[in-house]
Amino acid sequence: MATKSMGDIEKIKKKLNVLIVDDDPLNLIIHEKIIKAIGGISQTANNGEEAVIIHRDGGSSFDLILMDKEMPERDGVSTTKKLREMEVKSMIVGVTSLADNEEERRAFMEAGLNHCLAKPLTKDKIIPLIN
Amino acid sequence: MNTVVAKLQRQFQDYLVSLYQQGFLDNQFTELRKLQDEGTPDFVAEVVSLFFDDCSKLINSMSRSLERPENVDFKQVDSGVHQLKGSSSSVGARRVKNVCISFKECCDVQNREGCLRCLQQVDYEYKMLKTKLQDLFNLEQQIVQAGGAIPQHFPSYTILRPDIRPCLDA
Repeated sequence: MATKSMGDIEKIKKKLNVLIVDDDPLNLIIHEKIIKAIGGISQTANNGEEAVIIHRDGGSSFDLILMDKEMPERDGVSTTKKLREMEVKSMIVGVTSLADNEEERRAFMEAGLNHCLAKPLTKDKIIPLIN
Repeated sequence: MNTVVAKLQRQFQDYLVSLYQQGFLDNQFTELRKLQDEGTPDFVAEVVSLFFDDCSKLINSMSRSLERPENVDFKQVDSGVHQLKGSSSSVGARRVKNVCISFKECCDVQNREGCLRCLQQVDYEYKMLKTKLQDLFNLEQQIVQAGGAIPQHFPSYTILRPDIRPCLDA
């Protein structure tokens, strides 16, 4: 992977606004730290329904949405479909566990994801997607 | 003082490497350490503390679900295992994660005895890791109190060849 220049990092700092959608408080803390480490800012939602409400009420615009798959209230697949129906244009990256099989991942992608990453997330997994 | 700090730093590095060699930790723990900075010097300690709280709650919940042989809620147990596997993966708790893999297999075939064995094992592993990490954090504190800096070496764990010693990345 090419080393990012300070200019590129500055571009990331100006642009990257991230919504992290996950029901696990541990993942929320870690993923927020990762986004901060790459120079972005983040907001969190504890489940898919909250993510939908954030978009419906706030007219929020995110550069990136990190979408967990398994969540109560509304799961990642349903949330992604709903956000795309609402014409949300953000890059939506699904976050799956290793237990998910190929069919489950495909269904998640077909819901409207731009990419899918397996947990655990790291900076190195996210940075190439936002280039 | 420099000798004391250097000795403590060496102890810290050796102990950290041993945790990888013994399979307690994997590369995800390295990633967490890389995220820690001057602004959040207790990030790793806070994250693992949350993880251990999760472990305790989930193990208690699964224990209740497995209590009565005639009325085991395997769906509930499976949900707990799934959460625990996810959390352990997120913090790099390798042994805990590996027990969860076996635990899930027992849930899938509704093997209560197997689940109970795995529950006991996961309880043992998380408590063992908790003790080990507390010792690691104590070493960190000693280094800081002695006026030194915590070594920023980040061991990597190679699982393809268990006989390969972890390397120290500068």
